[in-house]
Amino acid sequence: MINQGVVMEAGMVQGMDTVIDSRHGTILYLEDVSVSFDGFKALNNLSLYIDAGELRCLIGPNGAGKTTLMDVITGKTRPDTGSVFFGQTIDLLQLDEPAIAETGICRKFQKPSVFDALSVFENLQLALKTNKSTWATLFSRLQDEQLARIYEVLATIGLTHLLDKPAGILSHGQKQWLEIGMLLMQDPKVMLVDEPIAGMTHQEVERTAELLLSLQGKHSLVVVEHDMAFVRSIAKRVTVLHEGSVLTEGSMDDVQNDPRVIQVYLGE
Amino acid sequence: MNCSSHIKFFCCGLWLCLSLGFSPLLRAEATRPELLELLRSGTMPDKEAAIEQLANLPDSLELLQALQEGRLMELKADGKLVIVNRPGEPALFSDALSKTVLDNLDKSQLSKINVNNRIRTLLKKAIALQQLNDADAGSRLLAVEALGKLMDQSSAARLAERLQTESDDAVAAAIRRLVLLDQMQNGNKEQRIQAIASLKTVNSQELVNQLQAMTETDGEHFKEADSDIRNLAAAALIEIKGRIQAYAAMETLFFGLSLGAVLVLSAIGLAITFGVMGVINMAHGELMMLGAYTVYVLQQWLPDYLGLATMLSIPVAFIVAGLAGIAIERGIIRHLYGRPLETLLATFGVSLFLQQTVRSIFSPLNRSVSSPDWMSGSWQINDFLSLTWNRFYILIFSLLVFGLLVQILKRTRLGLEVRAVSQNRAMARAMGIPSGQVDALTFGLGSGIAGIAGVALSQITNVGPNLGQSYIVDSFMVVVFGGVGNLYGTLLAGFSLGIANKFLEPYAGAVLAKILVLVFIILFIQKRPRGLFPQKGRAVEN
Amino acid sequence: MKNLDKSFGLVIAVILLVSLLMPLGNLLLPEGSAFKFSAYSISLVGKYWCFALLALSLDLVWGYAGILVLGHSAFFALGGYVMGMYLMRQIGDRGVYGDPLLPDFMVFLNWKELPWYWQGFQHFGFAGLMVLLVPGFLALLFGWLAFRSRVTGVYLSIITQALTYALMLAFFRNEMGFGGNNGLTDFKDILGFSIQSDAVRSLLLLTSGLLLIIALLLGQALAGSKMGKVITAIRDQESRVRFLGYRVEYFKLWIFVFSAMLAGLAGALYVPQVGIINPSEFSPINALEVVIWVAVGGRGTLYGAVIGAILVNYAKTLLTGLMPEIWLFSLGAIFVIVTMYLPRGLVGLFDHWIRRWTAQRQLLTPGAQEAGL
Ligand SMILES: Nc1ncnc2c1ncn2[C@@H]1O[C@H](COP(=O)(O)OP(=O)(O)OP(=O)(O)O)[C@@H](O)[C@H]1O
Ligand SMILES: [Mg+2]
Repeated sequence: MINQGVVMEAGMVQGMDTVIDSRHGTILYLEDVSVSFDGFKALNNLSLYIDAGELRCLIGPNGAGKTTLMDVITGKTRPDTGSVFFGQTIDLLQLDEPAIAETGICRKFQKPSVFDALSVFENLQLALKTNKSTWATLFSRLQDEQLARIYEVLATIGLTHLLDKPAGILSHGQKQWLEIGMLLMQDPKVMLVDEPIAGMTHQEVERTAELLLSLQGKHSLVVVEHDMAFVRSIAKRVTVLHEGSVLTEGSMDDVQNDPRVIQVYLGE
Repeated sequence: MNCSSHIKFFCCGLWLCLSLGFSPLLRAEATRPELLELLRSGTMPDKEAAIEQLANLPDSLELLQALQEGRLMELKADGKLVIVNRPGEPALFSDALSKTVLDNLDKSQLSKINVNNRIRTLLKKAIALQQLNDADAGSRLLAVEALGKLMDQSSAARLAERLQTESDDAVAAAIRRLVLLDQMQNGNKEQRIQAIASLKTVNSQELVNQLQAMTETDGEHFKEADSDIRNLAAAALIEIKGRIQAYAAMETLFFGLSLGAVLVLSAIGLAITFGVMGVINMAHGELMMLGAYTVYVLQQWLPDYLGLATMLSIPVAFIVAGLAGIAIERGIIRHLYGRPLETLLATFGVSLFLQQTVRSIFSPLNRSVSSPDWMSGSWQINDFLSLTWNRFYILIFSLLVFGLLVQILKRTRLGLEVRAVSQNRAMARAMGIPSGQVDALTFGLGSGIAGIAGVALSQITNVGPNLGQSYIVDSFMVVVFGGVGNLYGTLLAGFSLGIANKFLEPYAGAVLAKILVLVFIILFIQKRPRGLFPQKGRAVEN
Repeated sequence: MKNLDKSFGLVIAVILLVSLLMPLGNLLLPEGSAFKFSAYSISLVGKYWCFALLALSLDLVWGYAGILVLGHSAFFALGGYVMGMYLMRQIGDRGVYGDPLLPDFMVFLNWKELPWYWQGFQHFGFAGLMVLLVPGFLALLFGWLAFRSRVTGVYLSIITQALTYALMLAFFRNEMGFGGNNGLTDFKDILGFSIQSDAVRSLLLLTSGLLLIIALLLGQALAGSKMGKVITAIRDQESRVRFLGYRVEYFKLWIFVFSAMLAGLAGALYVPQVGIINPSEFSPINALEVVIWVAVGGRGTLYGAVIGAILVNYAKTLLTGLMPEIWLFSLGAIFVIVTMYLPRGLVGLFDHWIRRWTAQRQLLTPGAQEAGL
């Protein structure tokens, strides 16, 4: 759960310079969102609510619209209809990608996207939560606590020994970790994590699960994953997407026993 | 005109009497030998009178034309008149009177019959009057047109007479118009009002001039005394000028369309290579240049068959430029796929190379390429609207090429493979489509069309090493404006940019118009970064 | 990394030495001495420095930010025109027509008064400011339109080419008031000293050299800063940077404007040394030549752009002097060869050789291997 004191007093979560009104305990509202590409409905009247501090798992067969959903939340794709609110007051459809990132919604991409030409350290440095305007960036010097934070994250993602290597030489799994690290550096209120464990070893998967679990409460997380064992290990609430809308929602057990879900996954 | 209306009072209409009255030397119906003698030895007024009579005698055309062209000679020895025939006719000389062929003559034995400008004008009229009886309707029409410019009392009478027997509709209409014009000036009030009413639907510059004159003053008085007529003339003038404006707009539209056709032709090959292969071919302009030089070379080889050479150069240019394109693709571009900026630079290098090659082989100067006869001249629809044939054909030609290309992409195996590769290269390859071969052929196709565009360009601009340079920026703008990968976008963009250019030109001048269009496109890209018809899908976004 | 830094220092040292020694040789040594550099060669080298500065400015946007501008020479030309306007105003009444205010070409066109946009250019300070502001403003305007609508890649390149092309057409017009076809020329003085004098030429060379060095150092600092990292990141994955909260378009705009100003500065230094500026400087092929300088040297290294600019222009001077027809062939060949075989330019090639050489040496001397470990 979110920091009780703050919620009790004002129902507000204090961001860097934005204030998220999550008085009703819900931090992300998607209502009746539809997205179509050339007539094909990738999202179809989808409604979804994410609570402050919760860890939500999103599953669904290929092409169900999970990534598209994240595209809509982060401003990459504009929905045809529907509304997307961050807290009670921030209409995400009015904002572009950097503005949304600045309000505190950050994302790990399905295909790991790190900056190959920059070192691991520099990748994290760029993600660091600070003033990101041009002039501030031009004259920015790393503060001691910022440096400490980078090393802390480096340790968490286990890449300390590679910190000055260009990210381009990392393995797929390491890139996944680096991107998770970048997510941590941004210290967002909402983390959207698209297929984090692809390319990871068994131990790494366990560590990822631990990490995600430790993050909930302080952050709200939406995790997309196909690996059911992994989902089971972290999930409290699971939402199943199918053909662009929510098929069902509930605990892992409920969901797995839902005949519609079984039919969707296993066919007729 | 006013003069002739005075004369009317004195004569009863027959112009023969008239000339008699002024030329006492001449009998009313002089014989042909007498007239010839006058031409030879008479004073200038005598000659004029003789020509006026000759104009009415049948079969004098040859003589009159010879006189006008300075081919009527006098045999120094005996004063016999001799016609020097036009080059190409079997006999060199013939007798002016008997028309028999004369041998054993030498230019030195002849001296030319002199004429002055007044006589030349008379001759023009006389020849036209003669041709009015020509068997060929086309010649008659030309004669009527010539007479229109030299109208006077006598020709009006002759025209009215001819109208009775004229069988060809077009000729009859032309004559009727001239007769009406004459009536508008010289008829009685009712006739004049009638004439204006029926003439105001006619498109003729001569009519506009006359109407204009009728509404003007010569200082204090109106040139046309009758105020009713004057008002009618003014009203008719306004109506006609409205039409002139409409025709001017049509002409601009035509110019715009033809410029658009050129743009489409030059951009469409680019659209294929850019849209399908994601390759920027900066040497595209130079491939067009190759096409244009193909015309030049073929015309050098077949100097006597310009039309054939030009037609032949369409397939030849396609092959030449297409092969050059395939060579560029296989030699360079193939190694640079996925690196569009590098491709751009490398092909620019190729373009420099081609330019300099042409400069070294053909000289840096522009070469002259001729147009076949049927492409030169213009289609004179009326006095206010004429369309030049070469632009007209290029318009048709570009539409044909476009249609053909669309069909190729739609219906052939190559087209299918091209579309498959353009949508998903990896997938297409996995399905066994030889993407390398498809690329080469696509590039060859695009380049070949550039060659064809060069053939078209050779008919309307200078053929020189810089030909490609001057079209490449425009072609790119067309592709960008239309949206990459969409041939219909290219078509629409080409025509709209062409038309916009031509409509801006009168206000802004050619250069400023071009700048404005460029600025417009830069702004347009703001609203639609992917052009009029954007390509969609995930592949595009990444 | 280490030998990159070394080369960087080397390039700066060479530029500094040449900029100092050539003028000294010219001014101090007696006639006939081997190192008595002619005024021509001084201006020639000065010209190379200006081209190097232009190449460096392009490298900032292309090499670092990944924006292939096919119209960078337009900013160069604009800076040149601004300087040309100052130099024209310096002529005063010494022109052919002797008009105290109007430049000759305006008198020739029957203009009666100086257009408003020619006001103020008699002041060196104002002109100097405009050298930066005019290209900067154009870059700001164009960049704002282009980057905001997310025009990227070849699209952007083509549009920048169209921009230069439009500018060229515009400057060819007499009505623009910049001398039309002939451009601005016949300059006499700069800051009151004759532009032909050896001392002024020497000083111009020195100034160009120093500014080039400053630009190199500034560029290096920029590349090493966080700003430089963001810009590199934008080059490689523009959309990802947005999701980190950076306003990509502002960063691009910043570097674009900065680079345009540098290019303008290069143009302003170039004009007094060659004595003329005309619309052909805007021609698309000029812009592409700049790109090839950078590519030859190796983009994204700054000093590589400098080396490339100097080498290619030296080759151009040589070849156009010997056999003008050969030049375009060679230039074409350079474009093809560099893009196909030297993606990292000469700098990359040398870097590769040096690395291979050191690696071999380490293998050959057994002691070295242990010492290295
Ligand atoms: N930009 C786009 N253009 C066209 N179609 C798109 C686009 N983006 C997504 N789609 C389509 O929308 C549908 C949903 O895609 P999405 O990536 O959201 O699925 P997903 O649930 O993430 O699948 P996966 O589990 O395979 O990642 C797919 O059919 C996809 O092809
Ligand atoms: Mg997905």
